[in-house]
Amino acid sequence: MKIQYKGIRSWLLTMDHKRIAILYLFSILFWFLLAVLIGGLLRFELMFRGQTILSAELYNSAFTLHGVIMIFLFIIPGIPAIFGNFFLPIQIGTDDVYFPRLNLLSWYLYMAGGGIAIVSLFSSGFPDTGWTFYVPFSISTKTNVSTAVFAAFVLGMASMLTGLNFITTIHRMRHKDMGWMQIPLFTWSLYATSWVQLLATPVISITLLLVIIERYFNVGLFDPAKGGDPILYQHLFWMYSHPAVYIMILPGMGVISEIIPVFARKSIFGYKAIVASSMAIAIAGSLVWAHHMYTSGMSDTAIFVFSLLTFVVAIPSAIKVFSWVSTLYKGSIQMTPPLFLALCFIYLFSVGGLTGLVLGAVGPDIHVHDTHFVVSHFHFTMFGGTGFAFFAALHYWWPKMFGRMYDFKKAYIGAILLTGGFMFHYVPMFILGLQGLPRRYFDYLPQYETGNFYAGFGAAFMIVGIFLMVINLLSSLKKEKDASSDPWGGTTLEWQTPSPPPLHNFITEPEILAYPYDFSGVVERYSKDDKGE
Amino acid sequence: MKGGSKRPNMEKSHQLHFLEYRTLFFIFLLLLMFTGITVGVSYIDLGRLNVWVSLLIASIKGSLVLLFFMHMKYEGRTLILSFLGTIFFLFIMISFTFWDVSFR
Repeated sequence: MKIQYKGIRSWLLTMDHKRIAILYLFSILFWFLLAVLIGGLLRFELMFRGQTILSAELYNSAFTLHGVIMIFLFIIPGIPAIFGNFFLPIQIGTDDVYFPRLNLLSWYLYMAGGGIAIVSLFSSGFPDTGWTFYVPFSISTKTNVSTAVFAAFVLGMASMLTGLNFITTIHRMRHKDMGWMQIPLFTWSLYATSWVQLLATPVISITLLLVIIERYFNVGLFDPAKGGDPILYQHLFWMYSHPAVYIMILPGMGVISEIIPVFARKSIFGYKAIVASSMAIAIAGSLVWAHHMYTSGMSDTAIFVFSLLTFVVAIPSAIKVFSWVSTLYKGSIQMTPPLFLALCFIYLFSVGGLTGLVLGAVGPDIHVHDTHFVVSHFHFTMFGGTGFAFFAALHYWWPKMFGRMYDFKKAYIGAILLTGGFMFHYVPMFILGLQGLPRRYFDYLPQYETGNFYAGFGAAFMIVGIFLMVINLLSSLKKEKDASSDPWGGTTLEWQTPSPPPLHNFITEPEILAYPYDFSGVVERYSKDDKGE
Repeated sequence: MKGGSKRPNMEKSHQLHFLEYRTLFFIFLLLLMFTGITVGVSYIDLGRLNVWVSLLIASIKGSLVLLFFMHMKYEGRTLILSFLGTIFFLFIMISFTFWDVSFR
């Protein structure tokens, strides 16, 4: 029996997956906006040659902090912890996750991880290593690496427990009428993600502990003088951190697979192919980690094998892009802010994916490794991809989560500023990278000045767009509840319950469709509305 | 429109399994025996096979603990497949590192 609390305790001791999702939403938004502002400071510093607003040391700490927050506190937990927690149980027709207490513990671990990261800020300086914590520098630097990696360790625990909870929930708590091929694609993508979270995260946890052990006891695990191997650190680090990019992107792809058919009023093209490609990405994405290490001194055989496998992992991603575009073909498209953001996602993610192939091929990678080209590539995939999917999800499910519709015009202006700013920001970085500007440098030669100036200009537009979208959404909370149970015309189960959903999610027994994206009922309903029946 | 295939009944894995003390004691003896073998093998130089033999013995011991003490032998297909998935993943991570280490 669940105990009912009131006031603040009803939030801090809640075991309702929806409330935990909202706790995650506001804590993740806080970290995201903070890291956006730090990113803005970095770009402002780089707009002009020489020191502008940050010293070189502060610059190093700022890009590390930006990376650590964005990776561990925003992009990894973002979509699964907020939208996964809220919608996974509803999409499979159940009342909660399998382990509600563990779910709340995950949130506390997340908050503890964030708290520890803050502590490391104010005690002997935040690390200047970059979010990768590469040895030998991370072992020898005087900054507070141990506390920062411990924060990442705790955040990893939160991530693993969420993954475990989702896998168990999908296996054990699906509606009795819901077979595997009736599960919505967002839930499928979370299932694939959860496996990667569960299997890959322990590797980084152990590796980060090894860094702490090295700093305190100097065992020599990564020190060739003592029989250790510095490249071993890179292997261990990327064994997690490459699959982690799929932890970041897979849920985003799931979001897009939900949004596209709803606003095309048409069944998703290639449901089974999308399911298979999610699982294929989860598996194949775990075999390619060493493509981050072509210039590390790794053997040529390994470079050949990992390069080949990297090209293999492009196939399932391309299947998804093909399926989304094919879904739009001959659909009855209704433009809304979530669809606009989803379309931007497809374009930006495709650019990110294709430039990934430039980096996956050894020849060009040797030239652009550790340049701004790489920075631009992963921001196209992670921000243009997952970040846009996050905002698309926020605009798609906001009326369901809070029962209030937001202002479309402001949402469009925010999204256009974000997308336009994004292009202005990151396209110059591709060119700067090809011209040879290294990443993580505090200053640069005169020939890179114009590109950096444009990039900084784009960053300003992007930041304004992000804040406009967030403020627009938050200001809708002041209104009366006005969203119907199904404002978009969706077919998955979250649209069969009131907005916001009640404590146990469903008032009446949900109706499980034989095929989750059957729009015949929706089309019929809307055509009646059009005729005024 | 309702329908579709029902999910497989996974309730059977909820049944309790009681193992006889005799079985458990036998497994315990086996584990002790393999520990003895580990120690014994450490005195014999098998060259390149040293690590592989030790890993093999450790894997057998780990499997016995998992199968009997942790009841994996009596679990449903889903749990067994999930577990084998984790083993496969670990295998990939260790073996793929040797694309680098063995060819430097």
